[in-house]
Amino acid sequence: MMKRNTLWRLEETVMKVLMSGATALALGCLLLILGAVVWKGLPAMNLDMVTQPPQGGYYTGAGGGILNAILGSLCLALGATVVALVLGVPIALYLQIYAGRSRLVELVRLALDVLWGIPSIVYGAFGFSLMLLMGLRASLLGGIIALSLVELPIMCRAIEEVLKMVPFELTESAYALGTTRWEVAWKVMVRQALPGLTSAILLAFGRGIGDAASVLFTAGYTDHLPTSLLRPVASLPLAVFFQLATPFPAVQERAYASALVLTAIVLLISVLSRLASNRLSRYVVK
Amino acid sequence: MGWLAVGAALLMVAIGTALLIRAWPILRSHPLKELLLGRTWHPLQGAFGFWPFIVGTLWVTALAMAIAVPLCTLCAIYLAEYAPSAVQRAVKPLIDLLAGIPSVVYGLWGVLAVVPLIREHVGPWMDRHLGHVAFFSTAANPTGYGVLAGGIILAVMVFPIIVSVMEEVLRSVPDGLREAALALGVTRWIMVRKVLLRRALPGVIAAIVLGFSRAFGETMAVLMVVGNVPQVPLSIFDAAYPLTALIANNYGEMMSVPLYDAALMAAGLVLLLVVLVFNVLAQVILRRMKKMA
Repeated sequence: MMKRNTLWRLEETVMKVLMSGATALALGCLLLILGAVVWKGLPAMNLDMVTQPPQGGYYTGAGGGILNAILGSLCLALGATVVALVLGVPIALYLQIYAGRSRLVELVRLALDVLWGIPSIVYGAFGFSLMLLMGLRASLLGGIIALSLVELPIMCRAIEEVLKMVPFELTESAYALGTTRWEVAWKVMVRQALPGLTSAILLAFGRGIGDAASVLFTAGYTDHLPTSLLRPVASLPLAVFFQLATPFPAVQERAYASALVLTAIVLLISVLSRLASNRLSRYVVK
Repeated sequence: MGWLAVGAALLMVAIGTALLIRAWPILRSHPLKELLLGRTWHPLQGAFGFWPFIVGTLWVTALAMAIAVPLCTLCAIYLAEYAPSAVQRAVKPLIDLLAGIPSVVYGLWGVLAVVPLIREHVGPWMDRHLGHVAFFSTAANPTGYGVLAGGIILAVMVFPIIVSVMEEVLRSVPDGLREAALALGVTRWIMVRKVLLRRALPGVIAAIVLGFSRAFGETMAVLMVVGNVPQVPLSIFDAAYPLTALIANNYGEMMSVPLYDAALMAAGLVLLLVVLVFNVLAQVILRRMKKMA
């Protein structure tokens, strides 16, 4: 008869193998995804793709590139990130400094967490109804509005996490010097939180540039470069989507190249965000 | 600043109200039962039955969770309890990276890798060995685009969310409990199974619920691999048509058909309500757990 101890040992070993296997599988998927994008995208990549807008007959295989989508996506994500930042910093500061531990603050936090979970297609539909209300057509402005709603909860919660890390002693000593809460908020906390703030901004930007469902209704799509807030604008995720949906293999290959560009931007942002938080933390009082 | 914060909270109410107003025409002219349980979708003839889409969403999401939950639980336990700190430091950014990959890239990967794999290998194999069970039959749809492809993609997509929430929950269990169990001479896994998971169960469930609602609302990646045929799937290889894909696919033409846009907004409202209920539930559980720790 096997002893219970032996059984336990066996179970321990089996579970350990399963656990590391599960972790390895997840990392393997990451590798496979990145590998597939690079392997398929790189051969289809050329200078025209990133320097030219689509020319006539592009969607049946004629010349051109996806500069319209690259610039469009940058405009959309940049605009949305600025809006989300302008709204998000005061909200996070309020939650962290002014409000103490009231019921209202808990409720706002809960609302932000729930907003984070709302699918971006719902934000897209909501943005679209807002635009109808304002008499706006699919445009850069509409896309920025919808995308900033997607980014806002991410931004707020990320900034708040950062502000939470500011040492209690630091704010207390600032108060002891007779400063107002306003000064503590903007001169002590924001400066102290700068590294984390930078990563929060980059995180929201990265999420924004990859989001397709919210800009589908609101930003539209166009072959022209973005020129006006009130004109439709192309975006990289939709460029991948539309090009993949065509029946022409040559155009589908461009979808792979577009996905490579998009993935490269997202990876770059993620690396930058890590670098920024390391580099900028030199200026922080520990 | 206070008003801004309250405004952000009210955003949820605003979204709900806006969708409700836009969906109102169809909610008034069609009984709710017919909308939610109706099986025919013929916008031109005024038939708006969401049932195939709701079932499609549920199939894909359920399959995704069936794949993701065991793997995520194992991975979270590994990261929280077993992994040496060097491994943790290396793995966590990579899992974050997985969370940052845009959904169209997941969709593209699905089209390039997952769908062919199912079409060439998984489908035929399953059909040979389990084909007599309707649940595993590829007879109706051998293309590879279907519920299984959607489920696999979604499982990978929700992996980082579930793992990061679950890991945090496991870490919040006080060390005293761990030490007490280990002091009785049990192995680490027995401690995890009998003490840690029991104590953390509500949080583990909350993490799963969060993953579920994320999968429920995911649009582009699913849309690209799931086949988009408005039917009630019978097999994991059948094509499905989730609610999110319905909205995304038809936004262009919805203005020309009467009530079509109201129907799509009603679909959005259903999506919002389900996700809202699940999210509030999960967040309240997580807050309780945090307070207890």
